[in-house]
Amino acid sequence: MRSYLELSNVSIEFTTKSSTFRALDKVNLHVNKGEFISLIGHSGCGKSTVLNIVAGLYQATEGGVILEGKEINAPGPDRAVVFQNHALLPWLTVYQNVELAVAQVFKGKRSPAEIRDWILHNLDLVHMTHALDKYPHEISGGMKQRVGIARGLAMEPKVLLMDEPFGALDALTRAHLQDEVMRIHASLNNTVIMITHDVDEAVLLSDKIVMMTVGPNARIGNILDVKLPRPRDRLAMANDTQYNHYRQEVLKFLYGGHNQQELAA
Amino acid sequence: MLRRTRVMTSELLSRMSGVDMSALLRSWTLTVFGIIAFVLLWELGASRIDTALGKFPGPQQVWSQTQSLYDDHVREQDRRREFYARQDQRNAERLAANPDVDIQVRDYTGRPTFLDQIKTSLITVAFGFTLAMLVAIPLGIVCGLSNTMYSVVNPVVQVFKPVSPLAWLPLVTMVVSALYVTESPLVSKAFLTSAITVALCCLWPTVINTTVGVASVDKDLVNVSRVIQLPALQHVRKIVLPSAIPMIFTGMRLSLATGWMVLIAAEMLAQSPGLGKFIWDEFQNGSSDSLGRIMVAVLAIGLIGFLLDKLMLLLQRRMSWDKSTVLR
Repeated sequence: MRSYLELSNVSIEFTTKSSTFRALDKVNLHVNKGEFISLIGHSGCGKSTVLNIVAGLYQATEGGVILEGKEINAPGPDRAVVFQNHALLPWLTVYQNVELAVAQVFKGKRSPAEIRDWILHNLDLVHMTHALDKYPHEISGGMKQRVGIARGLAMEPKVLLMDEPFGALDALTRAHLQDEVMRIHASLNNTVIMITHDVDEAVLLSDKIVMMTVGPNARIGNILDVKLPRPRDRLAMANDTQYNHYRQEVLKFLYGGHNQQELAA
Repeated sequence: MLRRTRVMTSELLSRMSGVDMSALLRSWTLTVFGIIAFVLLWELGASRIDTALGKFPGPQQVWSQTQSLYDDHVREQDRRREFYARQDQRNAERLAANPDVDIQVRDYTGRPTFLDQIKTSLITVAFGFTLAMLVAIPLGIVCGLSNTMYSVVNPVVQVFKPVSPLAWLPLVTMVVSALYVTESPLVSKAFLTSAITVALCCLWPTVINTTVGVASVDKDLVNVSRVIQLPALQHVRKIVLPSAIPMIFTGMRLSLATGWMVLIAAEMLAQSPGLGKFIWDEFQNGSSDSLGRIMVAVLAIGLIGFLLDKLMLLLQRRMSWDKSTVLR
């Protein structure tokens, strides 16, 4: 069976003045519809590069990405990106930020009233309808990230790409937003690829954890299927043996075994 | 307890406003002190310099010349009004005597006063500056968006940027004379020459600053625009312009200041009406009042330059989305 999203032999080289740098080496990944995938690895291992290639913001040097049978070679709203630093336009309000994307994506396909309802619906999903007319500098970091997520969801993407979406947040806000993302994923069942360097976050949220080796020439070192029943509760998980087993597996990959040898070499 | 808190709050508030008031007072005192010190030094220095046209004008002489220039203006205004009143009356009488008579309306041809010259200069600089901005901002945006265009345009900008207005002037004069040939000119050739010279010199700061501002738009925001596939024009309007506005305005302020400086030189050399011509004429005139009048013009030029900059700041505050930035 053909998978929904497929990365086949994706390699990318960046050319600097003096040399070429091969960031990714033959990355292969199959993602099914509705799956929640986490990419985890040390800083600089090329997680963001993988995400940017799927988004179409970077072009693979070799290999390619196929989404629903079509090759990807440019960015588009079917692969919405939630950026690490929210990337909201500071001169637009919360509502206008989502509107900019929605109005562009559904131009000519939906009536102004439908567009308005859709914006409000998505902001409601992330509980931000109370701050429609606030500017980004007037709301907290967690709220900005919620708006970023609402903007991503509102494009009705085939795949939602999240680049360390909770990386810049404090632990409590992060936990709260993780729960929200789990809730939204459960109700909409969208396909999500998320970058993280947080082991707990990866195990709690994902169906599959893709572990990457350190770059250059980064590859996928291992893929861990997380078969924990949903909905998942973070409190119950803390003492769950299976959960802790998965956690151990990821930690072992990151801090022991072959990965460590490569770091030393 | 509650009441005590309230009392404390009000006390705190009054103390805070007290701090604000005294800070304001302090800054005003310093400003006034600065001005007084300058005037005293000026007076001391001026009385020691003897020139062929008498002593260097001190504050008192400048003040009296300011008044005399203003009186000249008022007198000239009266004459002008009388001239038109007489003309209207004469024409009315002739019409009453013979309804078919060909009425002639003549313009008043009095000497332009100091205030008239200021007005002319302001119009010239506004025209030249607008002309420059119409070219500079779009050019800067294109250069900021495309590295190719930047590589094409940048060498030209770098070479022309340091060129003095006086070098341009003869060329502009000849080109305007050659190309601007009409039966009934809307504006004089001299006006056009100075305005174009101003435009040529105040183009560059805006081109450079706009380019930098546009090129340094947050990469994430550009990626947002790419993901939602904003068309090029929308991308410029919704993403690029708002984030580049502070830099564009910085460029425009530098341009306007340059333009105002250039204008005076251009008017002097091109003999086109305006403050520059006023200074040159007074210099050629060489009366005992001349130096005083020139000094009045110098101060007026400075004051107007300062006000123009304030005007741009005001405009920036209105147009920029970021009301929290401190603009200097």
